[in-house]
Amino acid sequence: MIPDMGPHAAFIWMSYAIMTGVLAALIAWLILDGRKQSRLLAALEARSAKRSDK
Amino acid sequence: MQTQTITQKLANPTFFMNLSAKILPWLSSFAAILIIYGLTLGFATPPDYQQGQTVKIMFIHVPAAWLSMMAYGLIAVSSFGLLVFRHPLADVSAKAAAPIGAVFTLIALVTGSLWGKPTWGTYWQWDARMTSVLILFFLYLGLMALRSSIEEESLASKLTAVLALTGIVILPVIKFSVNWWNTLHQPAGVLKGGLDPVFLKPLLFSAVGFSLLFFALHMKGMRNEIIRRRVKARQLKEVDRAARAHGVEA
Repeated sequence: MIPDMGPHAAFIWMSYAIMTGVLAALIAWLILDGRKQSRLLAALEARSAKRSDK
Repeated sequence: MQTQTITQKLANPTFFMNLSAKILPWLSSFAAILIIYGLTLGFATPPDYQQGQTVKIMFIHVPAAWLSMMAYGLIAVSSFGLLVFRHPLADVSAKAAAPIGAVFTLIALVTGSLWGKPTWGTYWQWDARMTSVLILFFLYLGLMALRSSIEEESLASKLTAVLALTGIVILPVIKFSVNWWNTLHQPAGVLKGGLDPVFLKPLLFSAVGFSLLFFALHMKGMRNEIIRRRVKARQLKEVDRAARAHGVEA
């Protein structure tokens, strides 16, 4: 059940929405950046392993 | 054989990567549980006799404000560790903490402004507390901009560390601004018994939860940075090998 936030509900909900949005964006950026760097490293390692096999 | 201290072990990026891979899922889950619990408790609190329901903004504003300062403290300690002890992970830590600190400072500024309008009748006033937190936000942006503007990693680290240590003067200014000057912002009273236990309990849960979230995000940022440096080192090696091969062929 959503509690009644009184006459200033918009300020309260907006604070929580902005906090959630900004933190979600930061978390998403960290996860996507981590995946990108891991993919790059894996590709470089694979290339170097292929070279040493030759 | 000499045994390594925990600091020496943590200075090894491979040891840090293995340890953080194990800790990170637990830390993130624990942070999420505490934040959800704290904010749920917060939403169940009665309206404050002065601020009404807007007191609920406190459960996110106060932890964000604390963390905005703690993150800068962490950057300063890491910068000191880089410049004085040349700790291998110090710069990684400082670099990873800057965007996270900037985000928490932005949250503190925005939620403070949204809390200020119904409480004080204005979104913003150039009083000492608000202005000094805005300067802190610009300091974070400055640290990130300075680092990204210098190509050479080691020079960028050192210059950023010097700026971070110079900027630490902002922390006591923020902390004591409400005592030194006449500000619209109320003085700190949370840990001095100025807050009713009905509000204190959810605030503490929320603050601990957000702090753990900060450490989880910082750990993830450090892991990303270590991998980024490994990628860069391998790419440089490849360029070097290609140049040598080209030189031999020529």
